Amino acid sequence: MANVVSIAAAAAASLPWDVEAVRADFPALAQLVNGHPLVYLDNAATAQKPAVLAALENYYQRDCGNIHRSVHQLGERATEAYERARRTAQAFLGAAEPREIVFTRGTTEAINLVAATYGAANLRAGDEILLTGMEHHSNIVPWQLLAERTGARLQVAQVNDRGEVEMEEFERQLSPRTKIAAFGHVSNALGTVNPVAEWTERAHAAGAVVLVDGAQSAPHLPIQVGALGCDFFAFSGHKVFGPTGIGVLWGRAELLEAMPPFQGGGDMIASVSFERTTYNRIPYKFEAGTPHIAGAIGLGAALEYLQTLGMTRAAAYEQELARYGAERLAPLPGVRWIGQARERTAVFSLVIEGVHPHDVATVLDTEGIAVRAGHHCAQPIMDRFGVPATTRASLAFYNTRGEVDRLAEGLEKVRRIFQG
Amino acid sequence: MPELDELYQELILDHAKRPRNFRVPEGADRRAEGFNRLCGDRITLFLRLEDGVVRDAGFQGAGCAIFTASASLLTEAVKGKSEQQAEDLFRRFHALVTGHPDQAQAETLGKLAAFGGVSAYPVRVKCASLAWHTLKAALSGDGAPVSTEE
Repeated sequence: MANVVSIAAAAAASLPWDVEAVRADFPALAQLVNGHPLVYLDNAATAQKPAVLAALENYYQRDCGNIHRSVHQLGERATEAYERARRTAQAFLGAAEPREIVFTRGTTEAINLVAATYGAANLRAGDEILLTGMEHHSNIVPWQLLAERTGARLQVAQVNDRGEVEMEEFERQLSPRTKIAAFGHVSNALGTVNPVAEWTERAHAAGAVVLVDGAQSAPHLPIQVGALGCDFFAFSGHKVFGPTGIGVLWGRAELLEAMPPFQGGGDMIASVSFERTTYNRIPYKFEAGTPHIAGAIGLGAALEYLQTLGMTRAAAYEQELARYGAERLAPLPGVRWIGQARERTAVFSLVIEGVHPHDVATVLDTEGIAVRAGHHCAQPIMDRFGVPATTRASLAFYNTRGEVDRLAEGLEKVRRIFQG
Repeated sequence: MPELDELYQELILDHAKRPRNFRVPEGADRRAEGFNRLCGDRITLFLRLEDGVVRDAGFQGAGCAIFTASASLLTEAVKGKSEQQAEDLFRRFHALVTGHPDQAQAETLGKLAAFGGVSAYPVRVKCASLAWHTLKAALSGDGAPVSTEE
C-alpha cells in the first residue's frame, strides 16, 4: 500500500507545531466559501481529510479484490491492506491484539453491536444500564431499545452547571444491579472530557461492564484502552480525519469471544449447513458480509497520519487553542457559553442572546465560517441547560488563532444585525 | 454569492424581534401544530373562521428569525381571506421561497415579498414555510401535527 504519510507530517513530528504545514495536508481547508477563506469549525460533526484519498484510490484502482476468500493476487493485496488497517487501529488504541478490533460502520453501529449482542445475552429484567446526561443520542437509543427488550432500566448520572458529572453523582447512580455503564469520553455538545478511567474503576467495582463512546475523544486525545481500563471503546472513521461509513469497536478478546454474533452472513461463519452453523473466530464473527474494505484502508491511512503527527502534540496544540478561544469569546457581549468544564476539548457551545442558532450559522456561513447550529443529537443536555439548541464551534489541530478571531468578528456581525 | 441583507430584510428583522399576533385568538376554532425536526422550530397556529373567512389568526412557538417573521406576517396576511384565498397565498408564498417568483406573482404578495431572498438559502426554506404548512393543516382541519420532514 502507498504510504500516505506526508513529508510535512513526518517533519512536524520532531518540531514545534507548524499549523500551516499541517493545513497543507488538508486540501479542503484551502478554499474560498462565499468569497472568504474557509474557517472550518464543525470538526465534531465531521473532520476534513488529509491525503487518505490516495489509499482509497490505490485500493479501488489497483488492489480491488474481495478479502479473506480470494486466491488471486488482487484479493491477497486487499486482504493485506485491510488487515494492516486493523493492526494500525490496534496500535492507535494501544490494544493488546488485532483480533480485538472489529470494523463497523461507525460509533453508532459499534454501540448497537454491543447492545444487541453482549447486552441481549447478559441483561435481565430489573438490571440497570448507567448513562450520563450528556450522551449523544447514539449512546442513548441503543440502550433504550435493549431496555425495552429485556426489561432493564436506564439510570442517568446528571450533569452539573459546569457541564460535568461529579463523581458522587456517578457513584450514586451505580448499584449492584448495574450491568453496563456506557458513557462518552468527550461530550460532543459541550467538549467536557470525562474522567473515564476513574468512572470505569467504580463501575467495575460495582460489577458492571464499561463501554466508552470515543467518537469525540479519538480525534483529540491520545487513547490507550489499557489505561482507560474499559471493556469496549468505539470511534468513527470520519471524525478521526478518515472516510465516512467506517468505524471501530474495540472489545476485550474474552468478552468478544463469549458474545453471540451481531449479523449473519458470509465471512462470519466457520461452516454452514441447514442444520447447524458454526461461527468464525473474532473479529470476523462480527464482520458479516463484504465489509467497507476501502473505508478500512482509508481509516488505516488516517490513523497512520495521526500517529506520525503525534496525538500528544496535537492535543497540546488544541488545548492552547481552547484557552485562546475562551479568552477571545468569553468577553463578547450577549454571548453565553454553555458547559465550562475544567477538563475540555476546544469546543464552544454558544447561545447568542435573542438570536436563534440557525440565524447565527447563516450569518457566519456568509463569512465562510462553518459551525453547527442545533441540538447536536444530544437533546437531553440541551434540556439540562434550558436551551433548544446552541451554536457550536468545534476546533481541530489544523485550526488557528486567526480563525478564532474570525469567529469572534463573525459573532460581532451577528450582534450588529440582530441586536442593532 | 447571496447577499445577507436580501435574507434579513428590515421588515423580517422587525417581525422577528416583535412578532405580531403572538397570542391565542379569542374564539379560535382551528388549530394546528408544526415542528421542524432539524432545528426545533415549533409553532401552534390558531384561526377563527366565520363563513369560510379567516377573521382572526395568532400563533405561539419559538424558532429562528426567518421562522418567526414568517409566522408573524402570515397571521397578518390571512386575516380577511377566504379559505380558498389563503390556500392560494400558501401556494404563491411557497413558489416565492423556492425560487419561482413568476409563479408566485411576487408583485401581488405585498409584505410577503420580503421573503424572496430565502430562495438563495436552500436550508432556510423550511424555516420560512413551516408556518404556512401549518396553516394548510389548520384549514384542512385534520388536526394532525405537521412536520417539515415529509
